Amino acid sequence: MAVAEPRRNLVLSGLEPLIITPESVFVNIGERTNVTGSRKFLRLIKEEKYDEALSIAKEQVEGGAQIIDINMDEGMLDGEYAMVKFLNLIAAEPDIARVPIMIDSSKWHIIEEGLKVAQGKCVVNSISLKEGEEQFIHHAKLIKRYGAAAIVMAFDEVGQADNFERRVEICQRSYDILVNKVDFAPQDIIFDLNIFPVATGMEEHRLNALDFFKGTAWVRENLPHAHISGGVSNVSFSFRGNDTVREAMHSVFLYHAIKAGMTMGIVNPEMLTIYDDIPKDLLEHVEDVILNRRDDATERLLDLAENVKGDVKSNEKAIQEWRSGTFQERITHALVKGVDEFIVEDVEEARLAATKPIEVIEINLMAGMNVVGDLFGSGKMFLPQVVKSARVMKRAVAYLLPYIEESKQAGDKEGNGKILMATVKGDVHDIGKNIVSVVLACNNYEIIDLGVMVAPEKIIAAAIEHNVDIIGLSGLITPSLDEMVFLAKELDKKGSKIPIMIGGATTSRAHTAVKIAPQYKSTVVHVNDASRAVTVAGNLLDQNSEAYTAGIREDYDAFRESFLNRSRDKNFLSIEDARKNKMQLDWNEFTPVKPKVIGEQIIEVDLDVLVPYIDWTPFFQTWELFGKYPAILTDEVVGEQATAVFADAQEMLKVILAEKKLQAKGIYGVFPANQVNDDDIELTDENGKPLQTFLTLRQQSQKTKGAPNIALADFIAPKDNGVVDYMGAFCVTTGFGVDEWAAEFEKDFDDYNSIMVKALADRFAEAFAEYLHEKVRKEIWGYAADETLTNAELIKETYAGIRPAPGYPACPDHLEKPTIWKLLNVEKEIGVTLTESMAMWPASSVSGYYFGNPKARYFGLGKIKEDQVIDYAKRRSISTDKATKWLSPNIAD
Amino acid sequence: MSTIQQAIKERILVLDGAMGTMLQRYNFSEEDFRGERFKDFPHSLKGNNDLLSLTQPVAIAEVHAAYYEAGADIVETNTFSGTTIGMADYHMEDLVYELNYESAKIARKVADEFTAKNPAKPRFVAGSIGPTNRTASMSPDVNDPGYRAVTFDDLRIAYKQQVEALIDGGSDLLLVETIFDTLNAKAALFAIEEVKDARGIDIPIMVSGTITDASGRTLSGQTVEAFLISVSHIPLLSVGFNCALGADLLKPYLQTLSQNTSFNISAHPNAGLPNAFGEYDETPAEMQAQIRGYLEDNLVNIIGGCCGTTPDHIRLIAEAASEFKPRVSTAVM
Repeated sequence: MAVAEPRRNLVLSGLEPLIITPESVFVNIGERTNVTGSRKFLRLIKEEKYDEALSIAKEQVEGGAQIIDINMDEGMLDGEYAMVKFLNLIAAEPDIARVPIMIDSSKWHIIEEGLKVAQGKCVVNSISLKEGEEQFIHHAKLIKRYGAAAIVMAFDEVGQADNFERRVEICQRSYDILVNKVDFAPQDIIFDLNIFPVATGMEEHRLNALDFFKGTAWVRENLPHAHISGGVSNVSFSFRGNDTVREAMHSVFLYHAIKAGMTMGIVNPEMLTIYDDIPKDLLEHVEDVILNRRDDATERLLDLAENVKGDVKSNEKAIQEWRSGTFQERITHALVKGVDEFIVEDVEEARLAATKPIEVIEINLMAGMNVVGDLFGSGKMFLPQVVKSARVMKRAVAYLLPYIEESKQAGDKEGNGKILMATVKGDVHDIGKNIVSVVLACNNYEIIDLGVMVAPEKIIAAAIEHNVDIIGLSGLITPSLDEMVFLAKELDKKGSKIPIMIGGATTSRAHTAVKIAPQYKSTVVHVNDASRAVTVAGNLLDQNSEAYTAGIREDYDAFRESFLNRSRDKNFLSIEDARKNKMQLDWNEFTPVKPKVIGEQIIEVDLDVLVPYIDWTPFFQTWELFGKYPAILTDEVVGEQATAVFADAQEMLKVILAEKKLQAKGIYGVFPANQVNDDDIELTDENGKPLQTFLTLRQQSQKTKGAPNIALADFIAPKDNGVVDYMGAFCVTTGFGVDEWAAEFEKDFDDYNSIMVKALADRFAEAFAEYLHEKVRKEIWGYAADETLTNAELIKETYAGIRPAPGYPACPDHLEKPTIWKLLNVEKEIGVTLTESMAMWPASSVSGYYFGNPKARYFGLGKIKEDQVIDYAKRRSISTDKATKWLSPNIAD
Repeated sequence: MSTIQQAIKERILVLDGAMGTMLQRYNFSEEDFRGERFKDFPHSLKGNNDLLSLTQPVAIAEVHAAYYEAGADIVETNTFSGTTIGMADYHMEDLVYELNYESAKIARKVADEFTAKNPAKPRFVAGSIGPTNRTASMSPDVNDPGYRAVTFDDLRIAYKQQVEALIDGGSDLLLVETIFDTLNAKAALFAIEEVKDARGIDIPIMVSGTITDASGRTLSGQTVEAFLISVSHIPLLSVGFNCALGADLLKPYLQTLSQNTSFNISAHPNAGLPNAFGEYDETPAEMQAQIRGYLEDNLVNIIGGCCGTTPDHIRLIAEAASEFKPRVSTAVM
């Protein structure tokens, strides 16, 4: 050991060193290579446009970022793959790789894979005591062994530190564990002390900045060599929209935080002004707030904010202001802000001024909608706002229609074009389709909406009858993909030249290019989000669309070719060999718990009970707002919109609960069960009389040594073992009445609330499934009677056992649903039916299996080979052709 | 018995010179490489120097003895390519444990003989861990920069096996050397930590990187300081550089290293740069003069030779080293 205490600087490295001393100037961490913070970066990673993603990283480094934060945490991404791929590519770019990497993920496995591909000394972002001491120590030890520094969040088992005392408590404890138990170098500890907003109007937020400064100073003084970091933009959250004030707040905050000892942070350099350049009165007002110097600091800053440039929050004065503009200005304002209070009044004024009523739509309303379109296209407006704009637009048009009819003369100009929209046969999901319809309608397209479960012949007939310009097809479940292929083929036979737009959650550019486009001589284009639909439709109907459509055709041809030629050389086992390598659980060690109740039971619950079980994150995804709840509410980019749409959801939730608008009905049952013939599960009644048999599919791709080829049946004890095991099944719904209620809103031109109802009903159905699963684990089956999990843990699925549903990656076979229906008598008991594509009606329903074995886990079936398809067809007693049709997304080429 | 930690405080330790250069003098044929045991092995084995520990153990012991005789405190085991990854070229992955174990045992035996003769100068065995022939942070395919021919886990597993055998065979310390890709070295260090942890032991570690050319960077692109920072998370006996450059060209990088670390510093440069025939022709006296420059500047704690150096080089280097006190760190990191 050295005699004198050496200086212990925080040293990091990429290709070049980064040495952070107490005297260093503030270290700026680049934050644009983060899928949760940058929509653009997320899109590029999703589309595998790594070259462009790299250029974002490069711009950041050139712009002065001394560390780059990389985050690939997004539900639809394979985070591990994206992290490794991106870091490997960065390693080949000396202009980027020169700076250290901050590997940012809430998932340890992603962090660890990232550490394995970085030669320099990285920073892990982050670890904390949130999940307890044991895991904290485990991760810290590994971080040390990989040679990285770590951001340590001021977060423990109880929660996030939100005042000075809690920051002190958690930091001291984290530091002691790291330094004394893990032997972690103290200079490699970087505390994130949580920066919270100030000037929110809430009394308890007044000290947020001061407590941060105090905490920072305390850490620097009491925890030798440790550093402080944080995400600065949070502090100014309540002044969103007023960049002048925000920039000043960031500068003031940093000025004081750095003085207190903050050494690095995530800051957008474009949202920062120079401290000395802040006008004196603004500086004083901002410092009053940040330092909590006056009781009326917030009000005074709010007042001042009105006078400094930037958007100002609307209040009465502001209303008066916009009401004093010209009618065009007022109409535009109403559309952009989604305010329908005065729209009829303003439109009437415009009508009186116009020579023909149609001009109000063509000139005045379209001028406003163009502004909306531009803002939306450039990412400055978000979907919920656009849908609200649409509501205003529709009300205006509805008011004008009688006048237009009255004055209609031959030869009047039509709209931009006619678009047929339909959810294909067998599929009932229409939220996405409705959103696209609304956005297109806003852009003056006439929408012929055929609704859901539309048969192909009906779509073709309607397309001809209405002489439509574009056909839009939507679908959410996998069988819909085949429907679209079929429809394209049929349209082609009829010699149709109408361009087709494809959209919906399971659709993809890959499927469109590889499977649909070859069936149709005219144009087929995949549109992955509502904001692109307008551009695509515009391009398709442009007079000079040949270049555009030829470009798509070329693009898809090239994609298809490379897709079909890609030699992924995946090796497959024969189904016999895959079965030999099945997952072997030790059935001597495991005694299945006998359920307290055997056989099917109906359940009805009050909706209030389900509210705490709601997972809100997917709700925001419905609105194309991406991020995790609750963090999304304070997100830099979409936070404001997320907060607004969430508030609207809460309003509707109140109505749903108060007026009992939805009804939660379900049926479930747990039965004696055994694995038979390797891949099947036989369910019996209590006397051993066979009831139904579930057929499961087995992974066939060659695994690394020691890894099994799993089928769901592996989680159930084989019959010849003599052990009686159990499994369950369920179906729950909250969907009855939803369509009728949504239709009421639609009648009132209120698509926003129509979509809202459906989105909430979906959330309730999922919450019901989560609730019921817990009840099954703890009471009905009772194998986890002692389980105590928070709702957050429930959503993260930390419990024992799984509840996969037919259609999940582990069991993509939708033909299992009829077996569940028969087993539980679902249709008769609770009224939920299956369409010919095996979609559930009403749409807000969830069904699935229960597996109780603690070793049971979710997995992906992956691709299977023809031999298993033939074997499966025999077991299912259907033709191989039919089996191939249903399993096609999973059959290896 | 004196430990290396004690010895390194007392004097500048001398590392041996090249193994390959010395083995060339034996002019071993394909048959010699094979020996009796691998007479019928289906693949060519000439050039697999590590294999000579099994087939020509006497020669290996002779080279070690020659270096100890010349004044070396530490010799390196004949295991530079002794991982499943390195041995794949010769289809000898299955022999990895045995190669490392036997190599360490040979060196151990010679070391113990010399220590017994002169207990005042204890001799040490460093288990040599080479870089393998693959890189974990660079793609061998210029058209696919994201591709990797080897992963961290591949390396970690291979190194772990080598480390186990080197320790079992009696190594006093481990030398992770000729590092041209720092990520490979980090995998080796990770593996060593795993073994230390599992066995509840501590073993000194030397880390030695390679600066490829006048750019002053490793092949994987890191500067001297970045390299140092990337390997400093584990307590090291020493950090230094070897190979690629002669003593004169290596000096500025050693200076940078020395200024920035409180670890001991090691260097084992080549005998100059290779001539047109690929031979190293810097004489022992020339090299001694350059090394004397290191010593006068108080740059090193461990000094030896790499490609082209012989017992004659080491003799003169040891002679010079004995006149100086070891470096004391003044680094401020």
